[in-house]
Amino acid sequence: MVPAEVEGNGAATRMATLDPDSADWLRDLNGTEADREAACLRLHAMVLRIARHEVRRRSGYLQIAGPELDDLAHQAAADAMVAILAKTDQFRGESRFTTWAYKFVIFEVSNKIGRHFWRNRTVAMDDEDWSRLPDRFGLDPAHEAEWRDLVAALRQAVDDDLTDRQRQVFVAIVLNGVSLDALVADLGSNRNAIYKMMFDARRKLRAALVAKGVMDIESSASA
Amino acid sequence: MKPQTALDRFLQTDPEDVGCDEAMEHLHVYVELVAVDAEAQERYPGIAAHLKACGPCSEDFTGLLAAITGPAL
Repeated sequence: MVPAEVEGNGAATRMATLDPDSADWLRDLNGTEADREAACLRLHAMVLRIARHEVRRRSGYLQIAGPELDDLAHQAAADAMVAILAKTDQFRGESRFTTWAYKFVIFEVSNKIGRHFWRNRTVAMDDEDWSRLPDRFGLDPAHEAEWRDLVAALRQAVDDDLTDRQRQVFVAIVLNGVSLDALVADLGSNRNAIYKMMFDARRKLRAALVAKGVMDIESSASA
Repeated sequence: MKPQTALDRFLQTDPEDVGCDEAMEHLHVYVELVAVDAEAQERYPGIAAHLKACGPCSEDFTGLLAAITGPAL
């Protein structure tokens, strides 16, 4: 999808295509021990600043603040530094070096927050509380007569049409309010695998609801 | 019209959706295009479709965009 902009092998070919700032970063990180050490210090300061901002931005998902929140930022920054330095030779100059590097910080913050979800919570994965569904999707109790059949059909489709794993993921995310990243941490899986499982589950469930006549075949998503 | 908009939106899937791995692989490229209003959605419709549907990846996109466009953090 994204065109490879740098086809050459070796740092000299690659750096010729980089913006000056990115080229400086790569030169310093691949330079003398003193250059590398100084570059790592500068990079860590930037990475930590981004991590702190990002954990503050997402602090609404967490029940922590102050030193504990800052500690989470430090952990994310440290792990991001390891990832960045291990993958520097994979940087292809498709963006600025700092944008590429910041991406690892954001990923580490997501990862840490996903794991943090379970620190103060326990969720029984087999627990199916369907009473949460109307609130989850803004279905007004005053108009239950209008959506009762829809919810009943959805529940039936979850039982009949999903695999055990798809059902487990659907229940955790939709009924139990577990975030996708938290589920990834709990199952020892990865985001793409869980998303794909939910994607397939959503497609199956919608097809079942349309077939039962309780959902319009035309999407209302773009309405 | 059936009373199902939010649920329908949730169940709707876009065949162009590239998934988390591909979207995150190219997120640094996509976010710079968005930052300069360079038709990111037109150039990478599969990533755009994914970010509309995936909360965690959308959150990562928002965070990265803030990191590169925000005032000195």
